[in-house]
Amino acid sequence: MNHLPQSWGRPRDDIYGAYDHSYLQSNGPNQHTQSPIVTGTSVIALKFKDGVVIAADNLASYGSLARFTDVKRLRSFADSSIVGFGGDVSDMQYLDRLLSSLDTREAYCSSGHSLNAQNLHTYLAKVFYKRRSEFSPLWNQVLVAGLDAESKPFLASADLLGTTFSAPSLATGFGAHLAQPLLRKVAPDEDAVAKLSEEEAVQAVKESMKVLFYRDARSLDKYSIAVVTKAGIRLKEDEKLENQSWAFADKIRGYGTQVN
Amino acid sequence: MTSIGTGYDLTNSVFSPDGRNFQVEYAVKAVENGGTSIGIRCKDGVVLACEKVITSKLLKAGANKRIATIDRHMGAVSSGLVPDGRHFTSRAREEAASWRKVYKSPITTADLAGRMGGYMQAYTLYSSVRPFGVTAIVAGWDSELELPVDGQVGSGPSIGSGGKAKDKKYGGPGLYMIEPSGIYWGYYGAATGKGRQTAKAEMEKLNLAEGKMSLLDGVKEAAKIIYVAHADNKDKEFELEMTWISNLEGPTKGRHQEVPKELLEDAEKLAKKALDGDDDDEEETKDENKPAEADKMEE
Repeated sequence: MNHLPQSWGRPRDDIYGAYDHSYLQSNGPNQHTQSPIVTGTSVIALKFKDGVVIAADNLASYGSLARFTDVKRLRSFADSSIVGFGGDVSDMQYLDRLLSSLDTREAYCSSGHSLNAQNLHTYLAKVFYKRRSEFSPLWNQVLVAGLDAESKPFLASADLLGTTFSAPSLATGFGAHLAQPLLRKVAPDEDAVAKLSEEEAVQAVKESMKVLFYRDARSLDKYSIAVVTKAGIRLKEDEKLENQSWAFADKIRGYGTQVN
Repeated sequence: MTSIGTGYDLTNSVFSPDGRNFQVEYAVKAVENGGTSIGIRCKDGVVLACEKVITSKLLKAGANKRIATIDRHMGAVSSGLVPDGRHFTSRAREEAASWRKVYKSPITTADLAGRMGGYMQAYTLYSSVRPFGVTAIVAGWDSELELPVDGQVGSGPSIGSGGKAKDKKYGGPGLYMIEPSGIYWGYYGAATGKGRQTAKAEMEKLNLAEGKMSLLDGVKEAAKIIYVAHADNKDKEFELEMTWISNLEGPTKGRHQEVPKELLEDAEKLAKKALDGDDDDEEETKDENKPAEADKMEE
């Protein structure tokens, strides 16, 4: 046995070989977040003539493990906007607190006007871009739903790279592949949005959430849905998918137990 | 102040032989010349009001607010040196923000008053600084419901030991007044500035300790009190400034906000009317006036 204290509790060199220090480098470049840890999957949103409807399920996954099942990924801001978060949940918490402090600072000056969804989206995109430029990104893609300066429906996306874009319907994560085509069918352009009623929009989003639950293995049948209009926010955080039909499932071939 | 000129008032942190700190007492004098500020603690909220003396006709009406928002659920007003009041505000905001950073929940009114009391007291200790020339009134509403931790994403296990006392009431209105010495008390009704004596006398009549005053009545009473107290300062023009914080069901949903314009104007109208009719009323009701119950006021 080696009597030197510095080698106590370590694998013996004569058996395991010298310790590989390359895993624990004390020199070399600083490394920040390399990948998200606890993650939320898709957020989907659709504009209609008076506002925006946005939804996300209540799951936070730890890898493929469905770790937290009552996570609120739709966060309201200033009682007038909703931010839907996909990606890292702890970064979402950080951003939520950041927005909360922004809201408090806005209240300091009693000018009477508050930040709208467009302002909020610009702010978030700048935060994302600053952090990715520091090589310490906030690992999220967010959808901001609300109203712009002219009180028209506003929907835009910002992601961990600081990329922004806007469309009549948007989806993050797996939803960008699975839900987006369905939503585009309902509202291909702004003209279609101007004709779309709230009921139709909510229906389309609920259908898309169902498809996402069918196909996305990191999703949950419990979800939150919010409708933002001039009248304010209606946020429901404990919804359950209705009228599921798994009839299509036994026709699926190619993986699992049905190899061919 | 018979001891003026004895040399014990030349610096902070020096006691006079009879145990007084003259610098603090001079700071109180500065407060006594400032515009009147009051706060009323009602059953469903708190009102802050102040008499903003107009120093120049060239200033924009309604601008240069004197009541500040400290946190979303808390406001403060001060009488005395305005820049000292501004510094008080900015420090209070820092305290509230740092509390949130550490505890991930809003600071309670009592805790903020404690922090600011300690801060102001520190300015009586050192010869390199002077005490604050303000007395500040801090008002807040501590949420009566269990608030989520800031940034909380889920509610955790639905079963477990819990840890809340049953039937215990949490939260409620808070009203504190902090003086240049750093001393602070909680009040049902607080007043400072030039018209404080009048304002205190008026508030004692309201029996605030009974806890029956509603926020809307409180707004009207606050306006009246500021107008009555202004009689001590009659030669100067003033603007009435009022903010309020209601409970979560009330008009501000637990947030500190300006009293809406219409409501403020209504209250102002009532106050003016009460003031005009005051001279006749007083003669008639003189005999009926019972000694007002003590409202747990200091002094």
